[in-house]
Amino acid sequence: MFRRTILVSAIALSSLTQLTTASLAETLAKGSIKVETAWSRETPNGARVAGGFMKITNTGTEADRLVGGSFVNAKRVEIHEMAMEGGNMKMRELPDGLEIKPGQTVELKPGSYHVMFMELEKHAKNGDSVKGTLVFAKAGTIEVTYKIAPLGAMAPGGKAGSGGHHGMKH
Amino acid sequence: MLKWIRTIAWVMVAAIAGAMAWVILGGGPGGFSGGRAPLSAAVGGPFELSSHDGKRISEQTLKGKPFAIFFGFTYCPDVCPTSLLDMSNQIKELGADAQKMRFVFVSVDHERDTPDQLKLYLSSFDPAIIGLTGTAAEIADITRKYRVLYEKVQTKDGYTINHTATVYLMDADGKFSGTLAYQEDAKTAVEKLRRLVRTVK
Repeated sequence: MFRRTILVSAIALSSLTQLTTASLAETLAKGSIKVETAWSRETPNGARVAGGFMKITNTGTEADRLVGGSFVNAKRVEIHEMAMEGGNMKMRELPDGLEIKPGQTVELKPGSYHVMFMELEKHAKNGDSVKGTLVFAKAGTIEVTYKIAPLGAMAPGGKAGSGGHHGMKH
Repeated sequence: MLKWIRTIAWVMVAAIAGAMAWVILGGGPGGFSGGRAPLSAAVGGPFELSSHDGKRISEQTLKGKPFAIFFGFTYCPDVCPTSLLDMSNQIKELGADAQKMRFVFVSVDHERDTPDQLKLYLSSFDPAIIGLTGTAAEIADITRKYRVLYEKVQTKDGYTINHTATVYLMDADGKFSGTLAYQEDAKTAVEKLRRLVRTVK
């Protein structure tokens, strides 16, 4: 009996440790979908939109699709693609969502795919954590916590603006 | 008979070539590709818009100092805040030189960007940046003169706007002098701006 209690405690402790490790690494998984490092940026005063970014990995054998989500500070979330074409910024909504193929990792990042928080009702500040969800066609709803980076940051925890943060540009 | 067909075909080829030349040389509608004259003469020109603090601003108001001008909108999640932040950092880096020129942000969203909305938005950036907005016609006019492309794109419950993200550098007479690319290297951008300031005699 006593031995059993120890065993149960040990199991409980080990799963607690795993849980802590998982939340530190900001990795959240459900089914075959793994979401890492969800982040967003502080927005200018009066801004009604913001982009949300993260890495999504499909560890399964079937394709899945990011089809929606939520963000507590915004009324709606859309899935967008952005691209620069000869000095012109082009953005479009992906009405069918974003496909994540088996074994593929897709990074949503500035200047590329992003979830777009529409009709912001509250402004997040640098250093805040803001809750939201991502909805996948197969994996279902995954809860995420967006870490808020400074205005204009190009990477999570990055500094503000374009000055010297992308190594490849120099 | 065959000769007739050949003649008609050649007439058609000539007509198409002529039409293409007309469009390419800037006579056609839009004339986005650069126009008849070299780019330096094609970018810029007279305009009149409302500023974020309720003034009417024209190319005459800006005359006398060179300026950096950028087009965007406040419902823009990525390019516009980044560019305005870069501009704010450039102003800081320029120090006293920043006062020898002007910095202008023109909205391409006449529906949502009222002067008040611009004022609120720009309060997050360097106070030297002048925000301009106007009616649909006024914005169409300045964007045509600056060869700026913008296009409203519908989304499920609203719209977004595709637009040119280049910053145009204009001299003290309002003439085109150069550009800053989106996310131009911070050092290069400041060097270009200092060079622009030095064009003033």
